[in-house]
Amino acid sequence: MRKLMLGNAALARGLYEAGVSFASSYPGTPSTEITEVLAEYKDVRAEWAPNEKVACEAAFGASLSGVRSFSAMKHVGLNVAADLIYSASYTGVNGGFVIAVADDQGMHSSQNEQDSRNHARGAKLPMLEPADSADARDFAALAYEVSETFDTPVFLRMSTRVAHSQSLVEEHDRVVPERKPYAKNIAKYVMMPANARPRHHFVEERTQKLISWAETSGINKIYPGDKKIGIVAAGIAYQYAREALGDKASYLKLGMVYPLSAKQIADFAATVDKLYVIEELDPFIEEFCLSHGIACEGKALFSLCGEYTPGMIRAAILGEADEKAAPAAAPVRPPVMCPGCPHRGIFHVLSKLKLRVSGDIGCYTLGAVAPLAAVDSTVDMGESVSGLHGMLAGDPSLADKAVAVIGDSTFVHSGITGLINIVYNKTPATVLILDNSITGMTGHQQNPCTGLTLQQEPTHALDLVALCKAIGVNRVRMEDPFDVKGCEAALKEELAAAEPSVIIVKRPCALLKSVKPKPALHVDPEKCKKCRKCMSIGCPAILFDKEQGARIDPTLCTGCGLCVSLCPFGAIS
Amino acid sequence: MMNIMIVGVGGQGSLLASRILGQLFINRGLDVKLSEVHGMSQRGGSVVTYIRAGERVDSPMVEDGKADLVISFEALEALRYAHCLKQGGTLVYSTQEIMPMPVITGAAAYPADIPGELSKFDIQTVGFDALKAAEEAGSAKACNVALLGAASKIIGGDAAEWEGVIRATVPPKFTDVNLKAFALGREM
Repeated sequence: MRKLMLGNAALARGLYEAGVSFASSYPGTPSTEITEVLAEYKDVRAEWAPNEKVACEAAFGASLSGVRSFSAMKHVGLNVAADLIYSASYTGVNGGFVIAVADDQGMHSSQNEQDSRNHARGAKLPMLEPADSADARDFAALAYEVSETFDTPVFLRMSTRVAHSQSLVEEHDRVVPERKPYAKNIAKYVMMPANARPRHHFVEERTQKLISWAETSGINKIYPGDKKIGIVAAGIAYQYAREALGDKASYLKLGMVYPLSAKQIADFAATVDKLYVIEELDPFIEEFCLSHGIACEGKALFSLCGEYTPGMIRAAILGEADEKAAPAAAPVRPPVMCPGCPHRGIFHVLSKLKLRVSGDIGCYTLGAVAPLAAVDSTVDMGESVSGLHGMLAGDPSLADKAVAVIGDSTFVHSGITGLINIVYNKTPATVLILDNSITGMTGHQQNPCTGLTLQQEPTHALDLVALCKAIGVNRVRMEDPFDVKGCEAALKEELAAAEPSVIIVKRPCALLKSVKPKPALHVDPEKCKKCRKCMSIGCPAILFDKEQGARIDPTLCTGCGLCVSLCPFGAIS
Repeated sequence: MMNIMIVGVGGQGSLLASRILGQLFINRGLDVKLSEVHGMSQRGGSVVTYIRAGERVDSPMVEDGKADLVISFEALEALRYAHCLKQGGTLVYSTQEIMPMPVITGAAAYPADIPGELSKFDIQTVGFDALKAAEEAGSAKACNVALLGAASKIIGGDAAEWEGVIRATVPPKFTDVNLKAFALGREM
């Protein structure tokens, strides 16, 4: 029976059917659901790891032990895991080892728009790219076949629109291959220079063999249509091209985007009048074609930035403009912190004290949005802590004016080493760990601080206070983000201290099922003096009218009480 | 080809509506694709789900100006996406209003006359308070099924077909509430 399945769920289904035994990942939109769905299959050991490097290393170890292993991450997570991946390319695998990386064209939930195909070329690893859910399921088994046949880790490249679209998939039974026997092989697995040099030759030879496989395996498919226009495309870009041009073009749909076969593309090009390469982000396929003397058009017609649409393709290739109405003028609706969000309290204090805030990746990045506008910088996972140290090294006068703000999951991911650096190299930095007891932005994943595994089974909960003390931070304290006065006093004290300090700002995410909303609050219109103090915290539940003053939407309010403590006239209760 | 968009404010929950529509089209033997939004945009931002069904569906998204039907959970979002409809397309929307942050902070104003603004487009509109209808049926959460009730007249199919899909998609203890909300919406 065909089922409507999310691309990420279909990929998980394919991995399950292909007999994957072990999966380790760190959540990241748009890759998160792959591992969550894998965890629902009882025969698969699926885990959240503290970060992508640990996850990939664990999956590599499982491959050495002889089973099929897997790791998933978003595009920026691949940068974290790259250290393992670039050298695992040399060692190769024992059991099949597949790495899914999900790019985020259009940056729906990311800090950059990097094109992961560059990592496939850099690490010299094959990369398959599904174009819909059925492909995602099918390519999982193919990826393991390639991994074990050619002795290589294999990338599966997803993108937001493939990962988070649903299309029809046929399910099949799980087949688990026999465990590969482990044989000690120092020349293959110990990457010291004398061993790595011959392995580099192996890698280059492997790439040549993979090019032959691209030509003969059927992974890249030709769909003939009108011969005037030839399209080379992969993944979601293929779907857009097909939607735009239908039978008015012939297609070479690439299922493997690295390595590419010049012969295969040149043979296809010879059958059409004009060749176009349609690919979002970098001119990866186009530059390959041009460097092999295959004439084509690509980025001269299409942007390097953002997502494409079928309309753009029709306009660029057929010269057809779509007739469409202009959008109405409507105020924008950017994402905001939820009503009752514990982060709101601490960002209110940071904004009030006008501190320089070194921010990080998570829901609390929204602390940069007006009216709180409290965050000065957000770059990558963990940079808040390491970057603050550098800021204080560069300008010691900032010691009592700057803080780092990082979430619990992000701190475990990449903040701990930064804090060790602060203690080791002696800056009197003040680091705030916003512990909301969950990995929030990606949709509530457990992490080493929460005391629960991916399967919600009890496990050891990392003690952040003990950890910070063990690192050598003498000044560690806990605060409640809704205790505005307490947070303000704590910040002033710790900023004034001449040594490193950590404030753990702890309150669970308001969206957790265990957090029961309190009755909605109400503004007494008699007492409201329209001073707008309560509007400074950017709560979606508080509305304001010039005539009537503040008003609380009872359907949104969770009764958190932050606004009560801000009202100078006691109008909110 | 049927091109549908469900739009609203992140957290309003369009999941059930898109699941019901997906199953309806699968039952009709059609190819179906759905595209949804996860991650940061879900945090109270403007969100869109696309549903496409036909003999063969390539792109999972509906292009601007090609939607047959836009279902909106909120009035401002209805206005924001009205231009996505093709000429003569239908907008089914709830008149519920949720203020976006620029309105809350006073940087922008919530449009005063949304029906008036919508009348400038060459489209059909069906606006009603879906939240009220859902509450009348027994649960505010049935809001999306109330909107589907109104949309069902555009998508086609008799009440029995829709009822069958709702029964198969919704947990048994919520079936009655959802069927009631659907019937109320279908009267709009």
